[in-house]
Amino acid sequence: MVDFEVGLGAYLSVAAILFAIGMAGIFLNRKNVIVILMSIELMLLAVNINLVAFSQFLGDLTGQIFAFMVLTVAAAEAAIGLAILVAFFRNRGDIAVDDASLMKN
Amino acid sequence: MGIFQTLSFAAPELVLVLGAMALLITGVFAGDKSAKKIGYGCVALLLVAVLLVLFSPTAPTASLFNGAFRIDAFSSFAKVIIYLAAALAILMSDQYFANEKLRRFEYPVLIVLAAFGMSLMVSATDLISLYMGIETQSLALYILAAFKRDSRRSTEAGLKYFVLGALSTCLLLYGASLIYGFTGSTSFEEISRIASLEGANVGLIIGLVFLISGLAFKVSAAPFHMWTPDVYEGAPTPVTAFFAAAPKLAGMALFARVLVSSFPGALDDWQPVIAMIAVASMAVGAFSAIPQTNIKRLMAYSSIGHMGYALIGLSAGTAQGVKSVLVYMAIYVAMTIGAFACILMMRRRGGMTENISDLSGLTKTNMPLALILTVLLFSLAGVPPAAGFFGKWLVFFAAVDAGLVWLAIVGVFASAVSAYYYLRIVWFMWFDEPAEPFERGAAPVLQFAAWGSALLMLPVLPVFMGRLIEFADRAASALF
Repeated sequence: MVDFEVGLGAYLSVAAILFAIGMAGIFLNRKNVIVILMSIELMLLAVNINLVAFSQFLGDLTGQIFAFMVLTVAAAEAAIGLAILVAFFRNRGDIAVDDASLMKN
Repeated sequence: MGIFQTLSFAAPELVLVLGAMALLITGVFAGDKSAKKIGYGCVALLLVAVLLVLFSPTAPTASLFNGAFRIDAFSSFAKVIIYLAAALAILMSDQYFANEKLRRFEYPVLIVLAAFGMSLMVSATDLISLYMGIETQSLALYILAAFKRDSRRSTEAGLKYFVLGALSTCLLLYGASLIYGFTGSTSFEEISRIASLEGANVGLIIGLVFLISGLAFKVSAAPFHMWTPDVYEGAPTPVTAFFAAAPKLAGMALFARVLVSSFPGALDDWQPVIAMIAVASMAVGAFSAIPQTNIKRLMAYSSIGHMGYALIGLSAGTAQGVKSVLVYMAIYVAMTIGAFACILMMRRRGGMTENISDLSGLTKTNMPLALILTVLLFSLAGVPPAAGFFGKWLVFFAAVDAGLVWLAIVGVFASAVSAYYYLRIVWFMWFDEPAEPFERGAAPVLQFAAWGSALLMLPVLPVFMGRLIEFADRAASALF
């Protein structure tokens, strides 16, 4: 068996890629607000990967505590986001991103 | 420090959060008919918290919860203004919600919870408590923006605020994770020690830039301001009044604490970033406001511009700079609340009007309101005798002292441009043909807020300005 270690750089790269995908999901998506909520979750999880990888690398538990805080708050955030989305849907019968344009300059 | 002593230091926050939960339960059982009483209960909680901050028997500074939460002159200064602004936001909403048949007990409770989040923000001395404070505040504010849930505009405002706010939180967290990774600590003190020991490396700078972007979103500074006009326009007007006042002060205080107490050594790295954000905000605030016809939207651009001026003071990075930011923000909060009290008085045939053209000829139909608005608009524009001018003057002075002469010059130009659209409204009010008069009988609290804020803006109260500067001075020196 080959002894093989995944270094910190690999974790940070994965997190950076996930973060970039999440960001692209918010800005490129023109169809559905649910996809935006998923992108936000993806970005928060990318941050968590970062925190846990740093925590392991530094031998310091603070990063993992931070990651738990982020997870907890992300759950609350998703609940509020969905609630607002439901209110939005009731008024419009549609959740397309392009529809959210009642107010424009 | 024992647990009871620690908790006694955090008494204002405990009063707010426990009181808010108790009132929430009461509201759930008593229903929406109890909304008014719960509103008064929330105002009482906020006033008790103000008294606890002002007359706290403890030493002026204390660090609690393993250095995650700090009480000092800086946090006390910000907390008093935040709690008062929140209490006014509850009182000012009553008439509006009664007219719109929207009186619900959740509104005051959410305001108190948001105020609690803001007081965590201004006291945070650790990346984790910073994050928890921002989220506590933001989650309450997202709901408030969508509070008029049968309205398409309000829910759209809530959705936009939520999506962009969550995005900014992600940016901020990503920055925080990099800062933690490259310093090995989440405490501001440790971060500052390690950053000055090893010099700022690339990872730390990238983390700092992400963190600054996230915070700039929260104070609605350009180029992260896109949400502001839509949210201000769509949210119910009392909610907009709250958004424009307290969260801006809390965000700016947090901004100052993060930059000054955890990255003093990296001043050369963050100073140009803050200066560029300040220039962009002033430019957006000055030019994009000109074509606006909706007064709430105009106030949104105006607040973006004001954040730019406040950031000039911050970019100086000195105690004098922080002091000028605090004075500026205190004046800004006072005049914004007054301006929104006036906007809330713009009622016609039972409904709200929000167009600037509705104000034309106001001197002929409603002289007192016209006078108040004139004073407030002069102050917002920064015309000399009004308090807004002193705020700007202090900020520009701090920038010049720190060697940022060019930034002060840009600021003067931007305020000259923005004076155009403020004074244009004054022109409409005094010299145009009168439009249909507004309904009489605005709530006494609106009158009080409008008159009070207009009086504070007049230079007849140099005593008040002197006291404000003295408090801000003490607050700013707590950070250095």
